[in-house]
Amino acid sequence: MAAPMLRWVGRGRRWTFARVDGGSCHRRGAPTGSTSNRIRGQSSVAQQPLYTTQKPRKGEHKWAAVVGLEIHAQISSNSKLFSGSQVRFSAPPNSLVSFFDASLPGTLPVLNRRCVEAAVMTGLALNCHINKKSLFDRKHYFYADLPAGYQITQQRLPIAVNGSLTYGICAGKKQSQVIPKTVRIKQIQLEQDSGKSLHDDLRSQTLIDLNRAGVGLLEVVLEPDLSCGEEAAAAVRELQLILQALGTSQANMAEGQLRVDANISVHHPGEPLGVRTEVKNLNSIRFLAKAIDYEIQRQIDELENGGEILNETRSFHHQLGCTMSMRDKEGKQDYRFMPEPNLPPLVLYDATSLPAGADPQQVINIDQIRETLPELPRVTRERLVQQYGMLLEHSFTLLNEVGLLEFFQNVIKETRAEPKKVTSWVLNNFLGYLKQQNLAVSESPVTPSALAELLDLLDSRTISSAAAKQVFEELWKREGKTPGQIVSEKQLELMEDRGPLEQLCHSVMEAHPQVVTIWGRGEGQSHLQSQPQDTPKSLAITLCGSPEALPKNDWPSFIYNSLIVIFLVKVMDLKEGNPRAINKLIGLVRKATQSRADPAMIKEILEKKLSS
Amino acid sequence: MLGRTLREVSAALKQGQITPTELCQKCLSLIKKTKFLNAYITVSEEVALKQAEESEKRYKNGQSLGDLDGIPVAVKDNFSTSGIETTCASNMLKGYIPPYNATVVQKLLDQGALLMGKTNLDEFAMGSGSTDGVFGPVKNPWSYSKQYREKRKQNLHSKNEDSDWLITGGSSGGSAAAVSAFTCYAALGSDTGGSTRNPAAHCGLVGFKPSYGLVSRHGLIPLVNSMDVPGILTRCVDDAAIVLGALAGPDPKDSTTVHDPINKPFMLPSLADVSKLCIGIPKEYLVPELSSEVRSLWSKAADLFESEGAKVLEVSLPHTSYSIVCYHVLCTSEVASNMARFDGLQYGHRCDIDVSTEAMYAATRREGFNDVVRGRILSGNFFLLKENYENYFVKAQKVRRLIANDFVNAFNSGVDVLLTPTTLSEAVPYLEFIKEDNRTRSAQDDIFTQAVNMAGLPAVSIPVALSNQGLPIGLQFIGRAFCDQQLLTVAKWFEKQVQFPVIQLQELMDDCSAVLENEKLASVSLKQ
Repeated sequence: MAAPMLRWVGRGRRWTFARVDGGSCHRRGAPTGSTSNRIRGQSSVAQQPLYTTQKPRKGEHKWAAVVGLEIHAQISSNSKLFSGSQVRFSAPPNSLVSFFDASLPGTLPVLNRRCVEAAVMTGLALNCHINKKSLFDRKHYFYADLPAGYQITQQRLPIAVNGSLTYGICAGKKQSQVIPKTVRIKQIQLEQDSGKSLHDDLRSQTLIDLNRAGVGLLEVVLEPDLSCGEEAAAAVRELQLILQALGTSQANMAEGQLRVDANISVHHPGEPLGVRTEVKNLNSIRFLAKAIDYEIQRQIDELENGGEILNETRSFHHQLGCTMSMRDKEGKQDYRFMPEPNLPPLVLYDATSLPAGADPQQVINIDQIRETLPELPRVTRERLVQQYGMLLEHSFTLLNEVGLLEFFQNVIKETRAEPKKVTSWVLNNFLGYLKQQNLAVSESPVTPSALAELLDLLDSRTISSAAAKQVFEELWKREGKTPGQIVSEKQLELMEDRGPLEQLCHSVMEAHPQVVTIWGRGEGQSHLQSQPQDTPKSLAITLCGSPEALPKNDWPSFIYNSLIVIFLVKVMDLKEGNPRAINKLIGLVRKATQSRADPAMIKEILEKKLSS
Repeated sequence: MLGRTLREVSAALKQGQITPTELCQKCLSLIKKTKFLNAYITVSEEVALKQAEESEKRYKNGQSLGDLDGIPVAVKDNFSTSGIETTCASNMLKGYIPPYNATVVQKLLDQGALLMGKTNLDEFAMGSGSTDGVFGPVKNPWSYSKQYREKRKQNLHSKNEDSDWLITGGSSGGSAAAVSAFTCYAALGSDTGGSTRNPAAHCGLVGFKPSYGLVSRHGLIPLVNSMDVPGILTRCVDDAAIVLGALAGPDPKDSTTVHDPINKPFMLPSLADVSKLCIGIPKEYLVPELSSEVRSLWSKAADLFESEGAKVLEVSLPHTSYSIVCYHVLCTSEVASNMARFDGLQYGHRCDIDVSTEAMYAATRREGFNDVVRGRILSGNFFLLKENYENYFVKAQKVRRLIANDFVNAFNSGVDVLLTPTTLSEAVPYLEFIKEDNRTRSAQDDIFTQAVNMAGLPAVSIPVALSNQGLPIGLQFIGRAFCDQQLLTVAKWFEKQVQFPVIQLQELMDDCSAVLENEKLASVSLKQ
């Protein structure tokens, strides 16, 4: 019942976020408690960082929200953080579990070099200070999918600290302006993932899958510099792009490779920060924004109504679109942190501290990793703007869609068409079709080569742009034909030779002097102008004077000639200073020629002929 | 043959005086005869015989794997052994059959050693008597020795001999009893606060704790990760060196092992001259609780070095008295953490209660662990609580550093090895021992051995002489970190000087004369 009330009120087009991952809800049990009465439209929330109370009183209070994020990114590596077992999504349960992962007694952790490199690389990309010495700690809690009873993490001295993440927020009437913002990064720490618990309420059983247990995670802790769901969403999206560019994490939220917990509080600006809640279970960027905005509004409402905010963990419910207390039975958790005694301090080197003759297999050189940093999304966007003259927001869209930039670049590589043309086709036609059918770039029926070939045909003026759209539509049907084949099969080539077109026009005019006369009567003209939506038949009747005068056969040539007449009418309009009329006519002519004639050429030819 | 040292029997195997299978069978028979000692939790008879068969083939083909090929050994039951139950003497792990071998076990097997079985201990190695395991206490073979029995007849008019048996010390008491009763030639123990050296001293054996990081801990079910070291129990120093040679070295599965190359194999030179040596006597180790006999032997040992030209210095380890308390905090904290994995979910004991996961955890752990383990878990969790961490754990770590620095300072003052007692007195009768609780006993018994583990140093207990009661007394040498070879070289010289008598198990052995045949056990001397 609450669901329909939870429409996400659109705020016009923003630069698009990643594909919305639908149906990935694994919540168990039915939601309880009445929360729907708190739900209201939140469109205003994200646009202004200051919140006005729902029921403003005298001297209206302004609320400010403070949002901090803890982001867990699964490190993209062949093996786990401390064991040799493989890392693979959706492998059969418990098929990727080493003795260490199952915490068999006597097993010891062995640090995975690749995970350390990924952490250093991510730290560098996020402008962090890399600690040359970092430490591992045990964080204790009992949970069925945590077989050791503790998680190895970096609580005291993490591998990277004090960084920053710059992201963009879309603003302006059409959301076409990008405002750069920065959030500080407190730290990045290496830690183990837990296993997964699958609860079978029916048989009151919990099944444990340890495939994920021990996979390396980067925990990125953001300072509470964010003020709304949209900012949080944009920051996470940017982080996701950076991780993907670095290759340090696939950062696919639907597969759980990127998980976000949000710490949220509200207060009056100038006053101390409010009590914060932690919202967990945010498995898509859209839900992240939604949950944060919901929780901000909930806290404001609660405080406005004289309630208080509890320092608690809340979970976001996708279907209801609200956050709910997780009602931690144990109450206050004390993780009883302790140094991990089985791992010596993690020591990193740079060019100045590298010991002479050190075995490169045994040491990690920060400077060396810095050199291998790939182009970061921010730089990619700048390059796109410079290199291809596209708008900044277009560059955002290109990067935000998974695989779209690569698609774009592949098209650019293979086509002679202007980059602006390519941008326009990729962002409008191609992306439009994808969105319409809810497809990912990788699922597209049109390959970059096909689009490149199509754009080449357009560029070489082999086809008109209207014909190009028709070809594109054909390509989308996945019939395995190339654009060239489609064009020749459907005879969509542009009538390029001026001679035949001129001759056609000429002979048409000569062969049908009566059509000109009809036009001369004047009533035909006014009729045609006033009712452009007429059917061909009604037009024909008008042209012939009566239904009886209609031709018995040879309809195509009749219609063709008729259209020429209409065209001539419009040319006269043009002469009389009515350009809209001629445009309408050009459209009709193009339709009649199956868009094969270049309207500009037709226009030019006919203008010439009429004025001579 | 059974009374010989590892090195001697290895020579006999090479010369074909005995085959590995014959040797294995003799040991197995003796294990059966001495079952009442409770030294073994599991006897891996089939495995051992199969290994012996393979070893025999190698010898026949002249492809011996080295000094350990065909040598019966025993392993403390807190080392993971593939396919062989590993219990830590706890209900929690009864029936647990590990799928992998501890690195040290694998290395022994790779050298051709025969695994006779898994030896008894205090539950999860928490204790100093080998009395607190779920399989019952281990009896000290010296309880049945001619030396002890005769003295006892003189001293007391014993009422009930059978109930007057002595403890082995611990927690590696099963390993010590196994070697002491001639059921194998070497055994692995573990040493966290003295668990190898203490039973070695009580059972008249060499008990060696290598430098932390020299021998892999992979597969050793941990007590305190930062202090645990696999220990070696043998009848003489040379044997310990042979076993150390097989075990030492970096292990990719244990990140705390060191990569710096160590001289291998560990061939110990025979010192002809100790005049260049400097022996340190830590004055803080002269505690009131020290028995006069041990004190006198300690003093004689110092005199011996001095009379042979060594320099003997009194040194100070000023933070020694804090070691017990410090150890208590660090040990229980790590125990609390290490024991968290025993939740009944994946292996080991699981209770019948299935009301909720939490209830299952609680009941499983209550049923699975004894009072000692549960008590340490409770204290450890207390010390690790957020509000206590700084006041207890961090402070204890600082004290640990001070204790380690004491040793560094002593060694920097020119001392090569330290000479100390291993235990306060000789082994006590079980009935005497159990009058105190585990915590009190551990605190008393580990007093000379614990600090070494805090500092990660190598140390070895050498049997020196028999007490008035006819029981062995050991002294401890402590070396510089990773100077294990130097330490053992000094210990070997000392061993040669003191000529510790061999245990005379005639009465015990009379029962199994078929096994011993013509062995002149009683008269076999350590050195001819």
